[in-house]
Amino acid sequence: MSLRSPLGRVLGLGSAKDGTEHWWSQRVSAVALIPLTLWFLFSLLALPALDYLTVRTWLSFPMSGFLAILLVAVLTYHSYLGTTVIVEDYVPDPGTKLLWLLLLRFLYVLVGGAAIFAVLRVALAS
Amino acid sequence: MHSPARARPTSPHAEIYRWQIGNSLSILHRATGVALALGLVALCYWFVSIAGGERAYAAATGVFASPAGVIFLVGWTFSFLYHLLNGVRHLFWDVGVGFERTQRHMSGWFAVLGAAALTLCVWGLVFAGHRA
Repeated sequence: MSLRSPLGRVLGLGSAKDGTEHWWSQRVSAVALIPLTLWFLFSLLALPALDYLTVRTWLSFPMSGFLAILLVAVLTYHSYLGTTVIVEDYVPDPGTKLLWLLLLRFLYVLVGGAAIFAVLRVALAS
Repeated sequence: MHSPARARPTSPHAEIYRWQIGNSLSILHRATGVALALGLVALCYWFVSIAGGERAYAAATGVFASPAGVIFLVGWTFSFLYHLLNGVRHLFWDVGVGFERTQRHMSGWFAVLGAAALTLCVWGLVFAGHRA
């Protein structure tokens, strides 16, 4: 029989060991992604063609590059938060879970960082 | 008294639910989220290919314009639009709006059918642009 209080048993017993901060960040990034993703979708649809010159010229405009970087950054963050919850929910073994969480975090920084660096290269090329 | 060895259900325990619109759409929200995580990798590859020059971009275009590539792009379009509409549905719930049974069902169908219709619109525009 446990002598821990009901509060003590509740605290830290969720699969993630915390909650509101993660939940709130998920919502804030979700709201930010509504205009950012729609801007991206409509920009691509508005381009006359998707050949190299057209796309590169479009991306080299300051506003396109700036919004593209914001898009990749917030998408990466939002997607990282979401997939993290899935790992926390469905991977019961703590060791395997930790490995997955580390792997996800490294992959997101790698992929998102590469895309942001690419947009900067286009933006800063004269 | 209680045996700690008894297997307890872990958080979503999806397998105990009867399939109906509520949990189906919830699972679809997660599934489209995972699909979009893979789509994010593709999106980042596309940005990297633009910076990489004309040949890198042509290689990326070749991948995306292949039959399998187009199927993935259509799938990501639907996933994005559904995740967007259902995400807005979740935001309404977060502020306490739309919990009534009929409202839940209506907004759910709106999210699925709206996403399907908008996917058709987007790809209709893409193919119309190709021919013009």
